[in-house]
Amino acid sequence: MNKLSRRQIITAGLAATAGVSGLAVAAKLAGRYGLIPPDSGGIYGPGETLTYAAQRVLTRHTLAREFSQSLISKDPFANPVDPLGEEFQRFQSMAFVDWRLVVDGMIARPASFSVAELKSFPARTQITMIGCEEGWTYIAEWTGVPLSHILELVGTLPQARYVVYRSIQPETWDSIDMAEALHPQTLVSYGMNGGELPVPFGGPLRMRVPRQLGYKNVKYITRLTITDNLKQFGKGLGSGALGAEDGYAWYAGI
Amino acid sequence: MAETISPRHSLLVRVTHWLTVLSFLVLLVTGVEILISHPRFYWGETGNVNMRPLFTIPIPSSRSSVPTGYGYVLPDQNGWSRYLHFQSAWIVVGTGLLYVAFGFFGGHFRRNLLPARSDLSPERLGISIAQHLRFERPSAKEAWSYNVLQRLTYLVVIFLCFPLIIWTGLAMSPAFESLAPATVLGGHQSARTIHFFVTGFLVVFLLIHVLMVVLAGFRNRMRAMISGRVTEPQEQV
Repeated sequence: MNKLSRRQIITAGLAATAGVSGLAVAAKLAGRYGLIPPDSGGIYGPGETLTYAAQRVLTRHTLAREFSQSLISKDPFANPVDPLGEEFQRFQSMAFVDWRLVVDGMIARPASFSVAELKSFPARTQITMIGCEEGWTYIAEWTGVPLSHILELVGTLPQARYVVYRSIQPETWDSIDMAEALHPQTLVSYGMNGGELPVPFGGPLRMRVPRQLGYKNVKYITRLTITDNLKQFGKGLGSGALGAEDGYAWYAGI
Repeated sequence: MAETISPRHSLLVRVTHWLTVLSFLVLLVTGVEILISHPRFYWGETGNVNMRPLFTIPIPSSRSSVPTGYGYVLPDQNGWSRYLHFQSAWIVVGTGLLYVAFGFFGGHFRRNLLPARSDLSPERLGISIAQHLRFERPSAKEAWSYNVLQRLTYLVVIFLCFPLIIWTGLAMSPAFESLAPATVLGGHQSARTIHFFVTGFLVVFLLIHVLMVVLAGFRNRMRAMISGRVTEPQEQV
């Protein structure tokens, strides 16, 4: 092996400096354009950040496939949930007339909507697939209010970056970025296959995010919080017991 | 003398080879972990436990909702398995792009992988197949070049299996699927099933590849892929 020449050492030094400063600039740009997920720390952070950034760049406005009526699954599978508590059963016995969706956080007009009020808003019906991270899928027709409509109604402030949504079930909450929240197919859904949304599938209200996996589609939602920072929620990883705090990725577009 | 002989495999081929080995093994282990949460396969767009599968893998599952016939449920390892699967997939994609760019522009594919036209005649192919079936030890000159079956197999792995396994993997992503629908692959579940079969093919390739390395002289072939040196004289290259 030859000894390293002075020129080689200088070239290598310059290349290393360029590489490190390039990475620093890339990280800064990625931060500014919202390409860093809340779970970007730790040993899986680099892969997770690449996945989230790449998909945000490539799929910010793309639409999830919508299917024909004939492809609707005859036997959709309702993933089992933890037993629903007494509070839920009280709401259920009253046909959910008292169920409220509270909206707070970085908005001009904090609000609270009943299911009937949500049903009076412009609705969207779409036949889309829901896929579990385990690998199984089904197709159903979902009806609901586009989340973007609710965000407009309450006067979401321009600095908002995430929407946090909570279930009535303890520790069950998740969040999406504004790109996903303002996406036309992201619904607060209350109907399935032409009827009410059945309880095993998340009724009365379920967040429907067709471009992300099933676990982001939280069932029994009661509250939306609009924020510019996820650090103040739980462990700051962007989702609760069924997501990042249980070791699952916050971004579930893959 | 030693310094004037060029290495058997270029530095880039050696580095990308071992990076791919490492990432593939990680993808395999984490892929099996993810598979355990739903060891059933379907064809078309949809598939779940309420539907009849195309086939099932007779192993226990990490989900109690999957009927397996076993009386117990394995622990859930999907969180870290999925993180690591995708991180390794990024390494495979990056390494693969680097390797393919080098292969085209550096002449590696033309020089080392493209079979000579004369080698593709039926009788020459027949001779090569017969030599492999007799487990004949390769001649000394083969330490410096790939035989025709090797070239064809590597081309299939590089240009068919890896692109297909990456594409079918991405086709299972609901976000990527909004960009490039899985319809062309026969649907979401079909993509998952193809992903599984390509994995199986690559595992068989890996086993035969290692067996061939052992038969051809394990120490020498490993040294060629690690340091680039070969003990046999470089005769006719």
